[in-house]
Amino acid sequence: MAPGLLWLTALMIVPCLLIFVLAFYERGIYGGIDWNAPTLGNFRRAADYLYVSIFLDSARIAAITTAIALLIGYPAAFAISRAPARWQTSLLFLAILPFWTNYLIRTYAWIVLLNPVGLINSALIGIGATIAPLPLLYNEFAVILGLVYSYTPFVVLAIYSSLQRLDPSYAEASRDLGASALTTFLRITLPLTAAGVAAGAVFVFVLSIGNFVTPDLLGGGKLQMIGNLIYDQFLTARDWPFGATLSGLLIALMMLALAFQAMAARHAGGGHA
Amino acid sequence: MPKVLSAHLAATYAFLYLPIAVLIALSFNKAGLPTVWTGFSLEWYGKLAANPKILASGWNSLVVAVVSTVIATTIGTLLAVGVERSRHSAARDALLFAPMIIPDIVLAIALLSFFTLLKFSLGLSSIILAHVVFNIAFVCAVVRARLKSFDWSLVEASRDLGAGAFVTFWRITLPLILPAVIAAALLAFTLSIDEFIIAYFTAGAGQSSTTLPMQIYAMIRFGVTPEINAMATIVMLLSFVLVLSAQRLNRGRIPGS
Repeated sequence: MAPGLLWLTALMIVPCLLIFVLAFYERGIYGGIDWNAPTLGNFRRAADYLYVSIFLDSARIAAITTAIALLIGYPAAFAISRAPARWQTSLLFLAILPFWTNYLIRTYAWIVLLNPVGLINSALIGIGATIAPLPLLYNEFAVILGLVYSYTPFVVLAIYSSLQRLDPSYAEASRDLGASALTTFLRITLPLTAAGVAAGAVFVFVLSIGNFVTPDLLGGGKLQMIGNLIYDQFLTARDWPFGATLSGLLIALMMLALAFQAMAARHAGGGHA
Repeated sequence: MPKVLSAHLAATYAFLYLPIAVLIALSFNKAGLPTVWTGFSLEWYGKLAANPKILASGWNSLVVAVVSTVIATTIGTLLAVGVERSRHSAARDALLFAPMIIPDIVLAIALLSFFTLLKFSLGLSSIILAHVVFNIAFVCAVVRARLKSFDWSLVEASRDLGAGAFVTFWRITLPLILPAVIAAALLAFTLSIDEFIIAYFTAGAGQSSTTLPMQIYAMIRFGVTPEINAMATIVMLLSFVLVLSAQRLNRGRIPGS
């Protein structure tokens, strides 16, 4: 057990702590880090309207992504849980499988589909729905679509596991007592699977808000999210301390999301999905 | 099941698989253009096989994936057995869960800063060290899931009969959990060979430590080319085969759950 815990401590905990320390220093005049004067300057700078608006934009995009992924993922997970028992494992596996393929390639597939001479625009022009190709790529729409595409499998998995743990006799009792299917779903099934919904939502939100590849490739460089901002500080502007500050704030946001999930799980009375 | 629900499920699968199917189909399209089908051709696969940059980056990825998988599977399996045999610790569980939820970019820049500060030279070895971090967590999770239904009295019997801890692990525990361990290794390999962001940050400058995903990223940024479709098809099919085998081995347990 010791080598594993040691590895994770040395190469995850220590580097992350280093990021927190770096956040309190500034870039030296000749690059590198000026270790002489600890400062809160980076945090003051991060509070600038420019950066706050990027954080808010990222949070908004992540929230929209999460909502859409839940709207697609919940009914899909529900359908799988209602399928004949012997098919369920295969159906769930089919929903998760794309997650295990290369992320860059899955994102690239949407460049192929959405570009002005791509399949979707060609089809739309072909059936006469539009004369000129629609601007589907390199904007917020494409970024959200790409994120939803990448992370919906997580939602299906998280919600399916909580649906599977649900005792079906609750819903049956509700129907026997005269409640409609919709009422039963809204009053019984949905609240009892809140832990799974929260787990799926937190996963999608956290992975979306810190994403760098999708906004970079599908946003066409016009769209800045926190991940791109951190990337720029490290590889373009070479201001590592400020990049560290932004990462620290991202970790703080992530902790907040996890705390919310833990609360939702306790509230629902279920375990983690 | 209501019709609406089945229709939604079918539409979800279509949404998940159509983009992948389009890429695969286009990789066999004679014309480079994605819009018109001009006949079946393996031309782009030939171009791919003749591209030295792709071959070199593919080799680098293979080295990183194999070495990080071997290290992570060994350490992660021991970790899983240790954790399941000892008292529950919330802090330790959080440590084991963290690599799966920390945004890649944060771990990437944290490791870049850490390696740079230690003056550790960046290259394939730093990528391997970094990949072992998230792979340990995955291996540990998969093996722990198997150990939940493990009969520990077998281990106690072996110890009672005088076998040492090492012999007991090697002759009793490991053979019994081996399918899960192999499944975990296949998944770790898949994760490592596809991983882009952490490799990108910890690879250092220079072409010599470029991995396949880094090469794919550079090509995508350059523009849509039929060569990428061919490479995408190979990479995706490889992942499908690996994950499918892992699922078979792991008694139908879904990887990731």
